[in-house]
Amino acid sequence: MSQFLLITLVALPFVCSIIASMLPANARNAEAWLAGGVAVAGMASTLWFYPQVASGEVLRHEIAWVPSLGLNIILRLDGFAWLFALLITGVGFLVVLYARYYMSPKDPVPRFFAFFLAFMGSMLGLVTAGNLVQMVIFWELTSITSFLLIAYWTHKAQARDGARMALTVTGLGGLALFASVLLLGHIVGSYDLDVVLASGNRIRDHALYVPALLLLLLGALTKSAQFPFQFWLPHAMAAPTPVSAYLHSATMVKAGVFLLVRFWPVMAGTEPWFWIVTFAGLTTLILGAYAAIFQHDMKGLLAYSTISHLGLITTLLGMGSRLAAVAAIFHIANHATFKASLFMAAGIIDHETGTRDLRRLSGLIRFMPFTATLAMVASAAMAGVPLLNGFLSKEMFFAETAIEDPNPFVNLVLPIGATIAGMFSVVYSLRFVFGVFFGPAPQGLDRVPHEPPPLMRRPIEVLVLLCLVVGIMPAVTIAPFLDTAVFAVLGRDIPYYNLSVWHGFNLPLVMSAVALVGGAVLYAGLHRHLEAGIDGPPLIRHLQGQRIFERVLVTVSWKWARALEAVLGTRRLQVQIFLLVSAACLAAAVPLGQGMGPFDLRLDGVDPVFALLWAVGIACAVATAHQAKFHRLVALVLMGGTGLVTCVTFVWFSAPDLALTQLLVEIVTTVLILLGLRWLPKRLLTAEDAPVDAADRGRAVGALLRRYRDLLLAVIAGSGMAIVSYAVMTRPAPDGISRFFLENAYALGGGTNVVNVLLVDFRGFDTLGEVAVLGIVALTVFALLRRFRPAEDSIDKPEQQRIQNAYDEVRPERKVGDTVDEYMLVSSVIMQWLFPVIIVLAVYLFVRGHDLPGGGFAAGVTMSIAFVLQYMAGGTRWVEERLRILPVKWIATGLLLSAATGAASWLFGYPFLTSAFQYADLPWIGRVPMASALFFDLGVFALVVGATVLILIALAHQSVRAPKAARRPAGEGTS
Amino acid sequence: MELIVATAIGVLTASGVWLLLRPRTFQVIIGLSLVSYAVNLFIFSMGRLRTAAVPVVNNPAADPASYADPVPQALVLTAIVIGFAMTALFLVVLLAARGLTGTDHVDGRER
Repeated sequence: MSQFLLITLVALPFVCSIIASMLPANARNAEAWLAGGVAVAGMASTLWFYPQVASGEVLRHEIAWVPSLGLNIILRLDGFAWLFALLITGVGFLVVLYARYYMSPKDPVPRFFAFFLAFMGSMLGLVTAGNLVQMVIFWELTSITSFLLIAYWTHKAQARDGARMALTVTGLGGLALFASVLLLGHIVGSYDLDVVLASGNRIRDHALYVPALLLLLLGALTKSAQFPFQFWLPHAMAAPTPVSAYLHSATMVKAGVFLLVRFWPVMAGTEPWFWIVTFAGLTTLILGAYAAIFQHDMKGLLAYSTISHLGLITTLLGMGSRLAAVAAIFHIANHATFKASLFMAAGIIDHETGTRDLRRLSGLIRFMPFTATLAMVASAAMAGVPLLNGFLSKEMFFAETAIEDPNPFVNLVLPIGATIAGMFSVVYSLRFVFGVFFGPAPQGLDRVPHEPPPLMRRPIEVLVLLCLVVGIMPAVTIAPFLDTAVFAVLGRDIPYYNLSVWHGFNLPLVMSAVALVGGAVLYAGLHRHLEAGIDGPPLIRHLQGQRIFERVLVTVSWKWARALEAVLGTRRLQVQIFLLVSAACLAAAVPLGQGMGPFDLRLDGVDPVFALLWAVGIACAVATAHQAKFHRLVALVLMGGTGLVTCVTFVWFSAPDLALTQLLVEIVTTVLILLGLRWLPKRLLTAEDAPVDAADRGRAVGALLRRYRDLLLAVIAGSGMAIVSYAVMTRPAPDGISRFFLENAYALGGGTNVVNVLLVDFRGFDTLGEVAVLGIVALTVFALLRRFRPAEDSIDKPEQQRIQNAYDEVRPERKVGDTVDEYMLVSSVIMQWLFPVIIVLAVYLFVRGHDLPGGGFAAGVTMSIAFVLQYMAGGTRWVEERLRILPVKWIATGLLLSAATGAASWLFGYPFLTSAFQYADLPWIGRVPMASALFFDLGVFALVVGATVLILIALAHQSVRAPKAARRPAGEGTS
Repeated sequence: MELIVATAIGVLTASGVWLLLRPRTFQVIIGLSLVSYAVNLFIFSMGRLRTAAVPVVNNPAADPASYADPVPQALVLTAIVIGFAMTALFLVVLLAARGLTGTDHVDGRER
């Protein structure tokens, strides 16, 4: 039961995300019910786990993933992950409720809730990941889904930029985290989180500890918007407010500190950890709070405050003491509650007044007293006022910083910095409250503000109530849950801590008092400056992370890329191919340079017939290369000659199947290219070939040099191939996998032709893929040719036909077209008579294929030749009046039949494409082997027929359908 | 015999590569066909050259070493058919490109 629930907890949001994306665009209520239902279900199952988790048990569920690499998908829920799961689902539910009222009917809600649910699932997956690699995958998923959420209002440039920045920064961090995880896996020898958490000493003592730590921190600090990566978070405020409330209070940015806490037991406590994490945290804490004071946008203020509070958590984690870790975990929960409610309140104010600018807002307490009260309580919690939850964790923070330490930094800077940051947080909280709710009534608003619908306010009420309850009675509310979470991180020896409001009169209390009073005084002093409405915080106004970030991005992705392209790139295919072939030659030269061992040149056993054969073949090949420019038909015929010699070579060296297929494919290829020739331009001599003036002559020399260069490269490539193949052929063959196939072809595959058994049985899945490719290519060709526009000069009938028609025209007894029909009369009669013969041959080749040379491929090509010959003999119209071939149906049938044969083995409980065979007694024919592979081969056959015929016919049709000419490219004029 | 086949592979490759580097689409398509002959022969020859050793096992008790290697043959067989598909696709693309650009130069424009 608990395993099932654990899987559902992670999987349900993703499943419902897909459902949500398919609901109609205006289904606001249905979407909210769905998303809310998922959140409640998640919360319910999380709560159901509590008794088990509270007893200190770690729930684990393993699913085999890549067992050979020792990678399993592990769902793992301990107390700390439990706390996070509760925050994610609980705050998630409240945000859904809020978003139902926040989103306008014009917004495409399916997209919002689909992304929202996917994000929730990613967060839950992250916190319950029990495998480091899995954790990184979900980590990246949170980056991507949060990108989609931030950019939800895609029409806003601000939203797009903010989302892109968030993705770039957190995505880069994610890559660093991945590297770190790989290092950790290498150090520990396992990616299992439990194993990693149990090997703390091993990790800290390892030589790779510092790199792993740095990469890990890069991931965590970017995600949690810590200095110097804090700049992305304020820009992410372009997101809809529910998104901000969710991402920047309880979830996304908390993932960074989640990671720090998760690895705290194994990574913390060292010098590098202390200095980096504490420094980054303290800097962020103070800078964030300072910048928050001077924001004019409500959400901007909250964003910087979030940065600052995350800095507080990071500082606590950096200090390395157990009590500080407890405080950090406590503050994670506290911050989530008050910050989510504040974001929601800001959204309501924005919604009701149409602005978030603190300079324009004031005196709203008169219009929305209830919301104002809630927001004030939450702000007080943010400022750390006693009797609210923020006070408790801040007090613990002060207590930690105030501990005596021999190190002057720790002893002085930490407590003073903490107090100053506390002061700042009081200032910005006061600014938020006084700026929005007090003072004179606002001027120049678009509408008169009033209280939002009660249900929109409800989430804030719940959260503020939590702030109060936890703040007043911590011991009975939060304490047991905190204990559970802390136990999961720190293990057995939890330090003694006392969650009570009154600790007596001590140093932390003095620090709190100084912060509160000092903050109030500072706010009074700064009031005038803030009223003036100057943009940006003083002193650090010009320190804009965003600008640096953009400059770096432009440099790397534009300037450097352009420079690199200018140096290395070309848009000319010839040059690209030249570079590619050269690179291939160089790459091959590296291993060959190390020597190839003994190289014995053997001339014995040369058959003169074979030598003569290849003398012809080689001559054909070279002549093809020579003639291909001006004499296309000649080149094509010569190429066919080479193909035939290749075919004979296959026969000679015991590969009848290859020879057969090669011969047949040779025929269809020739027909194919012949059909294409008609659409190619006449090749005329260009200036390079017959120079007239000096400039032409110069170009001709250039072309000649290029040709020699290409010739050199071609000769190098050819010699390399010759040497390598000779070297391999003269070595004894290793005992590879072939023996297995030869021994078992009959026993396991039921056929004696091993090549065919390999294709349709042992490697049937590959063949399925290959025929699918063939079908896709045929359909692509068909689709490309449907809108085929030949060049203008190819529209007319070919010259030969024009001459033949002119001959008919001058003779009254002849019809135009007679000569075209007549001059192929004898051959066309033969071709028509051959139709049934070739079909019989195809069937014969197909049936014998399993035991003798033949098979689906060869038979399919043969069959298509039968069809194509009819086209050649009678012409397109003549054939199509008599024969409907429907090649697309052949393709579909073939693919379905092959796939269905494969799938049929599932019915018998075997894996895909397991074949079975037995003998059947047929009347007159006798015992014949019947293998299920035969049906698979039949599918291959049908598909090959369909694909080949479709390609050839589609091309042949172009001559019949009198296509329109393509528009000439601009600048060349039209005629 | 190996020497002849190796030379043949070399010449076919050289002719094919030479044509691949030429500027006209027709030359390139013929070059691709020649290169695929060479590659098919090369893969096939990796199973070593054997005469009178067709891999049709009529006698299950026979020594597997007395047959030619069926694996490269199976690889080449599908390669031949896929090679045809590739030629067809490339031919259609080059015809369409010729229609759109008015030239059969591989870069879509005369220099």
